[in-house]
Amino acid sequence: MDPKRIKMTGKAISVRGNDVDTDRIIPARYLKCVTFDGLGEHAFEDDRAQLREMGQTHPLDDSRFAEAEILFVNKNFGCGSSREHAPQALMRWGLGIKAIVGESFAEIFFGNCVALGIPCCVVDEATMDELMRENESDARTSFVVDIETREVKGNRRSYPVTIPAGVRQQFIDGRWDMTAELLAARERISATASSLPYFGGWKYTRYG
Amino acid sequence: MGKNLYEKVFDLHTVQQLPSGNYQVLMGLHLIHEVTSPQAFAMLRERGLDVMHPERTFATVDHIIPTHSQGRPLADPVAEKMMQHVEKNAADFGVTYLGPQTGDQGIVHIVGPEKGLTQPGMTICCGDSHTATHGAFGALAFGIGTSQVFDVLATQTLTLSKLKVRRIEVNGKLSPGVYSKDVILYIIEKLGVKGGVGYAYEFAGEVFEHFSMEDRMTACNMAIEGGARCGYVNPDQITYDYMRGRRYAPKDKCWNKALDYWESVKSDADALYDDCVVFRGEDIEPVVTWGITPGQSTSINGTIPRKADFPGHEQTLIQEAYDYMGFEPGQPIRGTKIDVAFIGSCTNGRISDFESVVELMRGGSFKVAPHVRALVVPGSQAVKAEMIRRGYDQVFSDAGFEFREAGCSMCLAMNPDKLQGREISASSSNRNFKGRQGSPTGRTLLMSPVMVAAAAIEGEVTDARELFSID
Ligand code: SF4
Repeated sequence: MDPKRIKMTGKAISVRGNDVDTDRIIPARYLKCVTFDGLGEHAFEDDRAQLREMGQTHPLDDSRFAEAEILFVNKNFGCGSSREHAPQALMRWGLGIKAIVGESFAEIFFGNCVALGIPCCVVDEATMDELMRENESDARTSFVVDIETREVKGNRRSYPVTIPAGVRQQFIDGRWDMTAELLAARERISATASSLPYFGGWKYTRYG
Repeated sequence: MGKNLYEKVFDLHTVQQLPSGNYQVLMGLHLIHEVTSPQAFAMLRERGLDVMHPERTFATVDHIIPTHSQGRPLADPVAEKMMQHVEKNAADFGVTYLGPQTGDQGIVHIVGPEKGLTQPGMTICCGDSHTATHGAFGALAFGIGTSQVFDVLATQTLTLSKLKVRRIEVNGKLSPGVYSKDVILYIIEKLGVKGGVGYAYEFAGEVFEHFSMEDRMTACNMAIEGGARCGYVNPDQITYDYMRGRRYAPKDKCWNKALDYWESVKSDADALYDDCVVFRGEDIEPVVTWGITPGQSTSINGTIPRKADFPGHEQTLIQEAYDYMGFEPGQPIRGTKIDVAFIGSCTNGRISDFESVVELMRGGSFKVAPHVRALVVPGSQAVKAEMIRRGYDQVFSDAGFEFREAGCSMCLAMNPDKLQGREISASSSNRNFKGRQGSPTGRTLLMSPVMVAAAAIEGEVTDARELFSID
């Protein structure tokens, strides 16, 4: 797959609420796995069950949104535990979430998403309100998250989004897979290591 | 102009600035546990890569390991499989495995410092958000995700952005019965769970200067709960005294070289900070959380706050907390009936945590209330052995606490220790998120180990200072 992430187009799904933590995105019991396969179906499992009990439907259980690939969220999404299982579950739910637009993101969650090639874009509260309403009033609406022009477009209009310049460039160039880039600096890595007294000097010496 | 420790250590470990504007930073120590590493090793195999510095990589098991018995095979087949993966990965890639059979096993953030792996002036990472703990030694310690675990295995480096640094001074003295846990919960309540976003926290002031290493670890452990990416305390004589003689600490001639380095990375007296906050130790009382974030707390004699006391954008979360916890604003937190008491975790599962409780319980005829299930879970096998040597296991058992094997236990309940239904737990751990302790409707009240013990004995949230006549 082309690693460039410039324009993501797809239907959307809105998960409302501030401070949605990673325990809610994927309950801790699903961390007991050795691969990420199959995590998608358990995304938001406890929230979904709780609503079901109250006779309500979580958006992830609403068939109208089953084909969504863009996720709308509110403030501080992905806070709490650093578990990467959260974005891993989201990218494996349904067709797979390709981009997230929200009012703000928890830092580790944001970083985990970048490392997986999922851009997280920020909009203000009023914009999010409109986007969510547009999405919920007609689930068939297709949205475009454009990293290059920094906007998200619905049927009605387009809204500006913010994304840190460096991260934006990584997605445009397809360089979000950092491992390759990090590894390319092999020589500099060993130079830095030998400049540190503890790396080259006393090391870890086990006694006893 | 001087520099702070964060800047110095960050600069010393920077390999290069990346085109993205971020930095490639060398990691001095990589700690691994069973939950976030198997996928990373799978990726390593897929790409045909080796672990670049296996001698700086240490593995243990903590999250899933049961605490009633560590006997193999584990009853839960998935847990057993995860154990086998860690064992095999460590063996295949030449990583030291501090497994249960070695007597060195325990929660990563307890094992690292205890074995002398955690050292001042280092960069440390682990696939776990509470890696901030190691900052207590004047190290920069970061929690990372699985794909970053893979990066560090393959390259010993990590992509990091440069943080701002906030110096948090707690001056004066703490009152008797007030502990490091109360200090950090107080700080988080004041600055907010998002207050630290984009920051490293430098903890300082008389209170931190007098803290033991274990107290410093408790506070740094929860820096992440205040939104900070990491937290640290500048190293000093207390740090060096703690380190000396530990298994992986430098020795003989190397000790002096190490001391030079450690002293050199301390924040300069004229260092600049992006922000500075000052608190008074005397203002802090025992703290109990009442809500669903570690910032939703009150002092023991306080009441559940009213929604109107919070800014508009926080009110929905406050309402959510009332609904989930079943508490009313204005209600005192004291007197809240509890079902479970848990003393343990990487926040408060060290020997000094159990010591603080045992010292108060010894001599009294304290018994856990009949309706309370009380767990005492050492953070590591070494802590457990020391507790037995000192006879703490007996003191706890006599009082009606269950004394367990080392592990994360009910901190996040990926093992058999779980809340049932809507049970309320008084817990010395670090997170009170919805469902955190194993039941989707279970409720958690965070507090210090001494306050947990007091709650266990009274069967309800109580002021430990009164129960144990602390003054
Ligand atoms: S004790 Fe809790 S917070 Fe600490 S490492 Fe274990 S699960 Fe994480």
